Amino acid sequence: MTGTKTSHAVTTTAATGPEPGAPALLVDGLSVRFATAGRVVTALLGVDLRLAAGETMVVAGESGSGKSVLAAAVLRNLPGNATASGTVWVRGEELSSLPPAAQRRFRRRHVAYIPQSPATALNPVRRVGSLLMELARARGLTGPAATAALESALGALDLDFHDVARRYPHQLSGGMQQRVLNAVAMVGEPALVIADEPTSGLDPDLVEATAAGLSKLAERGAGLLVITHDLRLARRLGGRLALLYGSHLVESRPTERFFDAPAHPYGRGLLAAMPEHGGVPIPGQPPELTALPEGCPFQPRCPVRIDACDGPMPEPVPVAGDAPAPGWVRCYRHHRGGGDA
Amino acid sequence: MLSAEQVTVRYGRGRQRITAVAGASLALAPGQRLGLTGPSGSGKSTLAQVLALLRAPDGGRVRLDGQVVTGAGLGVPRQLRRRVQLVWQSPRAAVDPRLRLDRVVREPLIAHGEPPEAHSRLLAEVTEAVGLTRELLTRYPHEVSDGQLQRAALARALVLRPQYLICDEPTAMLDVSTQASLLAALADRQQAGGAGILLITHDRVLADHWCDEVRDIRDLSLRAQPGPVRV
Repeated sequence: MTGTKTSHAVTTTAATGPEPGAPALLVDGLSVRFATAGRVVTALLGVDLRLAAGETMVVAGESGSGKSVLAAAVLRNLPGNATASGTVWVRGEELSSLPPAAQRRFRRRHVAYIPQSPATALNPVRRVGSLLMELARARGLTGPAATAALESALGALDLDFHDVARRYPHQLSGGMQQRVLNAVAMVGEPALVIADEPTSGLDPDLVEATAAGLSKLAERGAGLLVITHDLRLARRLGGRLALLYGSHLVESRPTERFFDAPAHPYGRGLLAAMPEHGGVPIPGQPPELTALPEGCPFQPRCPVRIDACDGPMPEPVPVAGDAPAPGWVRCYRHHRGGGDA
Repeated sequence: MLSAEQVTVRYGRGRQRITAVAGASLALAPGQRLGLTGPSGSGKSTLAQVLALLRAPDGGRVRLDGQVVTGAGLGVPRQLRRRVQLVWQSPRAAVDPRLRLDRVVREPLIAHGEPPEAHSRLLAEVTEAVGLTRELLTRYPHEVSDGQLQRAALARALVLRPQYLICDEPTAMLDVSTQASLLAALADRQQAGGAGILLITHDRVLADHWCDEVRDIRDLSLRAQPGPVRV
């Protein structure tokens, strides 16, 4: 089993010529549509992302903005009524070019997924140890090597492997369950870790434990993609923040810079809606993904809209002063002649 | 006034028995916005269900405008039950997936025998207040986002014009803008009707900003609260 896996990885690697130091995740022009009873839902339109090894990127957006679809599309786990276009590379490998079985092997080996709810992600009728060994095996580790990797990963999050292993999931507190899932994500050093709403419904102590665990994953060299509506978590994780609104990425910035000075009017609206900034809601409601407005998806709610905004979606323009990495925004107010936002 | 007086709730039996709420006292006044915070597993949701008259306490009592309420759920007289409503954390789990949203919101009117000719008006009022369009009301839960579904769940809780509303983490699954808009709708409705609102949340910042007063569940008991041990 292991032999086949290795030889396969070698062949595909040779065939596609993956550069050493390939980004953990590269997404180019990703669009996803769903066909539902008489309607077409446009969940993502022309999304570009680049996430280097050891880097953190948070994709933030409101419920129904398409952010969970992004995780599913990267994992090639979309339901049958979805059509995706564009290209996704994980660690230099284009998953869609592999046969299905190889895709699954590649994903198990190189991609870790931290689901939203730790309580439902762990099989309740199996001891945690057997779940952990199975996951280690999927990442190519067996026997003493698996035990050693699990000891080290759990240890990094202050858990004792042998203590946790003999328990059933319900015998762990919510915080421990969350840390087990974070630890599992570290085993075998996956290239890409995707966490979907990892802090939803957790109390502040657990949020902190989760954030610390996630940061550790990036420190160990994984590309970390966190999908969340929790802006405080985004701030805590740092790295880069990409804002998804109405199926489009509208702004991508170094996280610090975003919180200092959001460039897109939607980003400013989000910050103003945080309780600590007065909790002022953005007027209107998010667009239906079955009927996206013309032009910029935010223009019907935008306090600074201009005539150009219902024209074509503006191209990304760099935001002045962003460091260490450049940031961009898709807003006519930032285009030459668009006036100050 | 809706009050819990030294309420104790236990789950399980024998050696498995745990005390989820140990002698907690809390009072919610009409027109008040009271916040309740505390860590996971400290009994907030259990206390919410006791106050919402859905679970009878194992010790202590619940008083609604002076009257001691015995029993819980359907065992509570209808006239009392309708005065206290609960908004749950997860609308997906709280709403029947087979019902269209207009039916979800209308359900309490039917259950409490409101005259059918009044239904449309009450429905229109409350759904407008929470920001749901007529088109959304024709959809099923799986056809709307979490934010839209939570608006429907809030409308369902408000449609009977309760005097007391218990909101158990109503915005934990929502983004900040939807949260702000939902809480603004709730505040408007409260100012119009003078209801007392108990907002249960992990978010201390939110509680401090939105509520008149914030209590931590660990401070509600005379005795130290044992609760599940966090490792």
